[in-house]
Amino acid sequence: MKFFNRRQRMMIGIFFSIAFLVIVCVLGNLNTEAARVTDFSRKNLAPCSSYIFGTDWLGRDMLARTLKGLSMSILIGVVSAAVSAVVALVLGIAAATLGKTADSIISFVIDLIMGVPHILLLILISVALGKGLKGVVIGVALTHWPSLARLIRAEVIQLKESPYIQISAKLGKSRWYIARKHMLPHLLPQFLVGLVLLFPHAILHESSVTFLGFGLSTEQPAIGIILSEAMKYLVTGKWWLALFPGILLVVTVIMFYVLGESLRKLLDPNSVHQ
Amino acid sequence: MKRRWIVFIGKNLIRILLLTICISMVTFALMKASPIDPLQANVGQAALGTMSQEQREKLEEYWGVNTPPIRQYLSWAGDFVRGDMGISLLYRQPVTEVIAVKLSNSLFLMITAWIISGVLGFLLGVVSGMNQGKFVDKLIRGYCLVVSSTPAFWLALLLLMIFSVWLQLFPIGLSVPIGVEASGVTFLDRVYHAVLPALTLSITGVSNIALHTREKMIDVMQSDYVLFARMRGEKGWRLFRYYGFRNVLLPAVTLHFASISEIFGGSVLVEQVFSYPGLGQAAVAAGLGSDLPLLMAITIVSALIVFGGNLAANLLYGMIDPRIRRGGAVK
Repeated sequence: MKFFNRRQRMMIGIFFSIAFLVIVCVLGNLNTEAARVTDFSRKNLAPCSSYIFGTDWLGRDMLARTLKGLSMSILIGVVSAAVSAVVALVLGIAAATLGKTADSIISFVIDLIMGVPHILLLILISVALGKGLKGVVIGVALTHWPSLARLIRAEVIQLKESPYIQISAKLGKSRWYIARKHMLPHLLPQFLVGLVLLFPHAILHESSVTFLGFGLSTEQPAIGIILSEAMKYLVTGKWWLALFPGILLVVTVIMFYVLGESLRKLLDPNSVHQ
Repeated sequence: MKRRWIVFIGKNLIRILLLTICISMVTFALMKASPIDPLQANVGQAALGTMSQEQREKLEEYWGVNTPPIRQYLSWAGDFVRGDMGISLLYRQPVTEVIAVKLSNSLFLMITAWIISGVLGFLLGVVSGMNQGKFVDKLIRGYCLVVSSTPAFWLALLLLMIFSVWLQLFPIGLSVPIGVEASGVTFLDRVYHAVLPALTLSITGVSNIALHTREKMIDVMQSDYVLFARMRGEKGWRLFRYYGFRNVLLPAVTLHFASISEIFGGSVLVEQVFSYPGLGQAAVAAGLGSDLPLLMAITIVSALIVFGGNLAANLLYGMIDPRIRRGGAVK
């Protein structure tokens, strides 16, 4: 009864998730103006055919605001996940190749960062950088690498024991040459998947921190801000303010997970031919 | 054997101590690097403008604007070791007292959520792993995917909306009824107020442990001894009880102890939504108000809780697993 084989289903999953994310980004940026327009003649409308997500207490179209906020969150998520992933790759390889001292220092730093609950760390960094967009982006970018770095480090340590790397070392190749020519290609698929799977975390943390009131100013409709404003109006029964933006946020995050999982299955030689 | 345990625990404790010291230093440096003027953040621009120079100087002294950072850190650290965590600038009470109150509220919430999510996640993982590929498995995996994509604060908003605003079953916030004296608050009241926050935390905490347990369960189900047991006709509960349970319990317990930091992070958000006066809410208030002593103390306390969890995981690993307990290598 299956119309597609697994590989094709994976491809479809990747295609849909990328398409969804691109559409959200494009629509969000096209709607910048619409997200700001306030119109008191249409405030506090429940969802109807012309305003699918309803409007808020200033008469702003919630759909436009949500899209704008999400596109911003996606952007922040992508940037900070990319930075985190590069840091993780460099540190992971460095920890495993540069010898014991470097390894123990890097492991110590990883433990250090993982010791503080993530949200608390984000709060600290955000405060240190004076709140605002910069604090959020830097905070999210600087705190997501430890788990991936740990993964890469373990992988590299395992790789170092493998015959082809040992032979290469015995043949007199430098550490840098081995890392570049032998290890990097091997790590790349895992790294890519790790990168994609960092997005959802980055976005969730970004929205959490903005929700708590750190970071973006209230004029910029980040998704966390929208939801924290919605919270204030929740008691008055305006459920649509919180419900729809939240659902869209969840869908976005799921899309990133689907993307990452599909990529993993496609890139992993063990599952690619199933 | 015994000596090795002592060495192992000692090493871990020293590491924790070092890490905690480093964390306190980094936190302090971060707080000092902050460009936010504690005066402006707490007094307000307008009030500051109308103040006389002397009043401003007094306030500057109170918030410690002019002392050099290293001296501040050293004096703070000296007091901290003696058990004096300073005085919270926001609450105007000793930090130790603030933290004691908030922590007891938070711990109540976190421990409940931690236990519920652990048991529930373990059960879901086992069920899903034993029925790999079937409908139940897909359902549970889908549930985990959705839950791990859901921000804790949004889930809290939803539950608040449904149970407190619409159905009016549960209170909207706080940990005790409004307008009742502290002595009049019964244990039941506290439980009643903690139901929704704890529920939120439990729901979001499930996915990680469920997926992990599922993987391990699948490994076990594919092993030779389970194949043999199946050949003998064992199945269902018996199969799980005698062949799966202990094998998957160990990784699940270890993972769950190591995931305390996530529960803590979730509690920060959830407490904010339910205005539950716990440690997380205090952390947010301290962060927004640049309350350095309180924020530092909270960071260190939470780090100690996390490290305690990790240490417990390591110890349990050695104690539960017979292979390690009977003379195998202790990591």
